[in-house]
Amino acid sequence: MEGEPTTTQKPVHIPPSIDPTRRRALEKIAELSGENVWECMQCGTCSAVCPMVESMGFTTRQGIHYLQFGMVEKVIDARIGEYCASCHTCQVRCPRGIEVPKVFEAVRLLTLRQNEDFIKLRELSDETIEGAPQIAMVSAFRKLTA
Amino acid sequence: MKIAYYPGCTMKTKAASLELAAVEALNVLGVEFTELERWNCCGAVFSLAEDDLIHHVAPVRNLIRAQQEGCDTVVTICSQCYNTLARANLLVKGDEEKLDTINRFMDEEPDYDGGIEVVHYLSLLRDQVGWEALKAKVVKPLDGFKVAPFYGCTLLRPDEVSIDPLHTGLLEDFLRALGAEPVPFSAATECCGSYQMLAHPEEGMQRAAKVIGSANQAGAEALVLSCPLCEYNLGSRQGDVVAMSGDLQPVPTLYFTQLLGIALGLEPDLYRLDLAGPAARDLLTEKNFVAAAAV
Amino acid sequence: MASATVTEVETTTIPIFVMGKKYDVPETLTIMKAMEYAGYQYIRGCGCRGGICGACATVYRKAGDYKIYTGLACQTVVEPEMYLTQIPFYPANRASYDFETLDPTPESIFKLYPELFRCVACNACSKVCPMDVEVLDYVSALKRGDIAAATEISFDCIQCGLCTSRCMGEMAQYHIAQLARRLYGGKIAPKAEHLQKMCDNIAGGSFDEELAKLKTLGEDELKKIYTEREMEPAMSDEGWKPESSVGLA
Repeated sequence: MEGEPTTTQKPVHIPPSIDPTRRRALEKIAELSGENVWECMQCGTCSAVCPMVESMGFTTRQGIHYLQFGMVEKVIDARIGEYCASCHTCQVRCPRGIEVPKVFEAVRLLTLRQNEDFIKLRELSDETIEGAPQIAMVSAFRKLTA
Repeated sequence: MKIAYYPGCTMKTKAASLELAAVEALNVLGVEFTELERWNCCGAVFSLAEDDLIHHVAPVRNLIRAQQEGCDTVVTICSQCYNTLARANLLVKGDEEKLDTINRFMDEEPDYDGGIEVVHYLSLLRDQVGWEALKAKVVKPLDGFKVAPFYGCTLLRPDEVSIDPLHTGLLEDFLRALGAEPVPFSAATECCGSYQMLAHPEEGMQRAAKVIGSANQAGAEALVLSCPLCEYNLGSRQGDVVAMSGDLQPVPTLYFTQLLGIALGLEPDLYRLDLAGPAARDLLTEKNFVAAAAV
Repeated sequence: MASATVTEVETTTIPIFVMGKKYDVPETLTIMKAMEYAGYQYIRGCGCRGGICGACATVYRKAGDYKIYTGLACQTVVEPEMYLTQIPFYPANRASYDFETLDPTPESIFKLYPELFRCVACNACSKVCPMDVEVLDYVSALKRGDIAAATEISFDCIQCGLCTSRCMGEMAQYHIAQLARRLYGGKIAPKAEHLQKMCDNIAGGSFDEELAKLKTLGEDELKKIYTEREMEPAMSDEGWKPESSVGLA
């Protein structure tokens, strides 16, 4: 089954070479992000500008590459979506105009929609909650809790 | 143009020093506006999933409030609020189906008709006031003040909501109008670490360290900020960041609106230097921008 | 022998569904009375029967209508084809705190209930409130640190728990609002100085003489004093003062 385009999505044709067991996850990523990861030509600019790349298991470019092979689990394990700060620099620099943050938000959502949190509210120290602006808590909880 | 000011949650507490002078400055500069009477938290981040409409309800509800109060423009100062409101607005204005679904979901509210424009405070200054007019109102020029203008992410990205899409240097123009000397610094448009300072503090601090290091390299006397989360990561937490890095020089942080307040000669309780660090206060007193008694 | 509910007057009965089971009940009854008419005996989900304790929160749907309606069972009159259940209890997280040591700041609330920041402003809470409290508005007020506004807006809350049952952010709104009201009333709102003054007067003995006198009087004399007592006229102006100034300072 191929990803079907909608008014806001780019057409996504999952190559027949992709293992059927990986198709489901890829269809989900395409559906959630509206992006076509096969447009990526692996130039590596996204990795070069990513402020959090050093904390990730591998680079954003590698992440997109793994997605091209349908290896979504590896991308989740590398915690790319988890460490992403949503700065959108990758998006404005991508020569192909891929909305990379949407792709990694989709990966993040695969975990979150299983009702699994990336951070625990109660693990934030009193000091942090006392000192941090409300937008810090709101954005952290929106991005990283289910 | 009927302008509604949307404060956002943080302005009323932690970021009072970002809001107070900004609001009074609009009066001084002759920009008419009303503060929204009824509003809710906008959500701070724009949801990126195609099928997720519930997270757009919060920002759109605020646009409905502005509509209800007879306004056609919403101005905000908080960078994250700006980004979220602006992107949500563009999304629903460009997608009839999504707007319809959201309107029908909010059946207890009037429909959003797409008639609101979301602007950031700096864009408002540039377009409604103009740098020359701003300069004319400056009573205390910040002569020779070498400041590093930090934009952060959410004012500039993605392109469709950028306040400076052609990189003309909006913040630099603003600072020059106040008489200050913006210094070029490599991290001007990089990320401060955002919410990662809460989720993954060590990595967040490493990110902040890069920005502060860049300000050090540029020889900045102060780092000028526009976002309360940037202020937390680069200002409030700077002590921890400097301690962790071992080779950074502390650099005072100030909001662009505090500098605006000082330059326009507003009352000190409006630019709230008591909320800035002691280093910032000392620096401003030393340079004679504020009287020692004012801090 | 138990007596069945027998109506002397013929009333029209209408069908309602309690937890999916159909009953024909007189159309003038409240949900609570209708359920008792049908034979249900309340051991939970029933309290003051006067619309204020919050025990009998009821959720219902109407025929052919997807919407969710709520009401208090003791106040809401039945409708034909009403499809209802009660929610006598919904699990709600309540933080433990020592009120005496809490600072009356928004941060005190944030630390005890960080889930406050998970609100997505969906408004399901306000829509479901049987007391028409604007729950979203008070949650928003709390997020921006306005304890006074949250106190004002949440005033009518009867802690029924329906908001919590619908919350996408999984917070217990009413517990958070209660903390806000406690902080406001106990630590932020200006104290009523004239009340404190009167209490001091009483403690200082300014009424002791009068009280001692009253204790010596017989029943008839007491009745006389009572019926002839001076009362503030219904339509008096602000400057009215009683003739006797005993105890007033």
